[in-house]
Amino acid sequence: MRSKTLAACTLILALILIVSACGSSSNNKNAAKSSNEATNSSPEKSESSGDSQAQAEKITLKMMHLWPDGSNSAQNTVIKQIIEEYQTANPNVTISTEVLDTEQYKNKLKVLSASNDLPDVGFTWAAGFMEPYVKGSMFTSLDDLLQGDLKDKFVAGTTDGYAFNGTTYALPVELNIVPVYYNKEIFAQNNLQPPQTLDDLKNIINTLNGKGITPITLGAKDAWTASFWYMYLADRIGGKDLLDQAVASNTFTDPALIEAAKQAQELVNMKAFVKGFNGLSNDEAKSEFMNEKAAMYAMGTWEVPNYTTNPDVPQEFKDKIGYFKFPTVTGGKGDLSDWVGGVGVGLFVSEKSKYKEEAKKFVSFFVQKWGEHSVTDAGIIPATKVDTAAVKLPQMFIDLLNELNTAKKVTLYVDVQMKPVASEEHHNLVQALFGKAVTPEEFAQKQEDVLKAGK
Amino acid sequence: MDKVMSDKRMIALYVIPSLLLILAIIYLPIVLTGYYGLMEWDGISKMTFIGLDNYATLLQDEKFWSSVNHSLLFAVLSAVFLIVYMAVALVLAGRIRGANLFRKIYLIPMLLSSVAIAQLWLKIYHPTTGILNDLLASLGFKNTPEWLADPSVVLGALFVPILWQYAGFYILIYYAAFKNIPGSLVEAARIDGASSLQIALRIKVPLIAEVIKVTIVLAVVGSLKYFDLIYVMTDGGPNGASEVMASYMYHKAFRGFDFGYGSAIGFFLLLICLVATWGIRKLTATKDSIQYS
Repeated sequence: MRSKTLAACTLILALILIVSACGSSSNNKNAAKSSNEATNSSPEKSESSGDSQAQAEKITLKMMHLWPDGSNSAQNTVIKQIIEEYQTANPNVTISTEVLDTEQYKNKLKVLSASNDLPDVGFTWAAGFMEPYVKGSMFTSLDDLLQGDLKDKFVAGTTDGYAFNGTTYALPVELNIVPVYYNKEIFAQNNLQPPQTLDDLKNIINTLNGKGITPITLGAKDAWTASFWYMYLADRIGGKDLLDQAVASNTFTDPALIEAAKQAQELVNMKAFVKGFNGLSNDEAKSEFMNEKAAMYAMGTWEVPNYTTNPDVPQEFKDKIGYFKFPTVTGGKGDLSDWVGGVGVGLFVSEKSKYKEEAKKFVSFFVQKWGEHSVTDAGIIPATKVDTAAVKLPQMFIDLLNELNTAKKVTLYVDVQMKPVASEEHHNLVQALFGKAVTPEEFAQKQEDVLKAGK
Repeated sequence: MDKVMSDKRMIALYVIPSLLLILAIIYLPIVLTGYYGLMEWDGISKMTFIGLDNYATLLQDEKFWSSVNHSLLFAVLSAVFLIVYMAVALVLAGRIRGANLFRKIYLIPMLLSSVAIAQLWLKIYHPTTGILNDLLASLGFKNTPEWLADPSVVLGALFVPILWQYAGFYILIYYAAFKNIPGSLVEAARIDGASSLQIALRIKVPLIAEVIKVTIVLAVVGSLKYFDLIYVMTDGGPNGASEVMASYMYHKAFRGFDFGYGSAIGFFLLLICLVATWGIRKLTATKDSIQYS
């Protein structure tokens, strides 16, 4: 009998230990979370005080974003600032944030939506990425904001990528185009001018290779970076609507698309890209450019702060960097002011949110404040209109904002346009194309096959 | 205590909580994975039942089979390298100077997380600034390999860090097993005139046969489901040249939003692991195990 009691006691003790262990670990988690939070008051506190006071008043909106303090401190700071302003203006609202890296963010979003647990407000990518969420009725319509508070605030056409059947489910906060950045010092030392045509570019590549300088850095392990080069070649050869039409009609065998693939391989054959580019991540490739080992780098305008405002980058380096528009191809239909680019992430409000109206109000506030702060404070081009005369900005920003005003067309990244399976396959195929594992014809055919599969 | 252990209700009280946990966390998801494999599902919207379509596609999917090949290659190589680990453990278990230090040196990589190891080896393999290519260049090689970008070398380049990571683990297991062999057996053999090699091959290795079987299963199954280091170092690239089953599953499910197909791959991976384990048990089965006596 005694031994039974003993056994029962040990068992209970064990259970208590387990439960308390779980409890403390989740506390730790919360603590870790709240240290990430932009808010000063922790959510636990506000909840417990809510018990004694009127509960209906105090609400906590959950927000998830993808700009951790370490790698994207500028955006992170702007978000914190906006949240603080909003909380001051609306003392009953607490906004708790959770921050994750891009890839983890994507995964977590998916898991949360499967368990019907999306944050009240969060970020999504346009078109193909958000389609399953919209189909699964995870996001709520933001049309009323677009007709009301935010009417005419956006650059024309920037909300299209978030609209399905005429209803807009998210609002863009970023707009990016892809220039080719180049190191003016390296160009000057070798008597080179920014190229106007693809042949100019090839001459530059040959000259630099002759001197033992890497012409172009590229991190094609992240295949979307190689896709930029392919997209530009396709645009310059086949004209501005070619890629959009190809994705819309699920055909990829247009001769211009195959020619673009040939030109891409031609560049690879000329050793235009950094050695081992198919095994390098974008970050590794970027460091080649930042360390002045490579002369050119095609990347979105989100890199511009590194060449203008970022205090961590030495001024001598910033002064050396310029950009040029992707050169035209002789005989091609594309224009120098066609750009590859597109809206980045946009804000959504969860359909399942308990405080939809408050969340929408916050989104509206956020978008407007973001438009004011982002370009001056963080160097991010917002999707809302910016009056270049009214803001004080580094020259490269002014130039790029003006480019946007005169752009003939901004082709949305093809991998974003495609549905998820086709997009994933596009990444594989671009790697294969640049790694010369497929011929241009096979590349086009395989891309068409997967587009036709419709997934 | 004996009384407690013979009471069925007490046994149940102790066993059932963890049993329920394991059922809920491991076995239920396995069954569900097999079930999701029968669905067309993007992970968010409604599932539709499509029968065995996913499995049929799987059997004809070239990319999947190439990932299976890569996984099997890893599994076979890992199993073969167990011989090397055993040799190292034999030497360490003999009375050599500094055996303790060496044992620790071999074990340290195991204490590092896979991601840290991957980052370390990414630096080593860097095509222009990596230590490996620097070394080759200083030895006079002109065309130093692009370790992680060249489809023909990437698998080998990935295998080295994986080996390096797990060497210590297996060496430790073998070391402990060899140390467990009673000294009297070895002494007796020596008195009978057996050489060191004979003692190793005829006495020590047969005596740890059970341990060897376990390590083969661990190495093979571990390699078949290997994921993390490959995910960080190449993400299955370039163009699927280093894709293994687990990374292919991840790509299909989480990048391609095709959870039905991803689940089918996961279920197939489980089947392959089960078959491999069963096969190894069959192949290595002995009628009566050797005892220390």
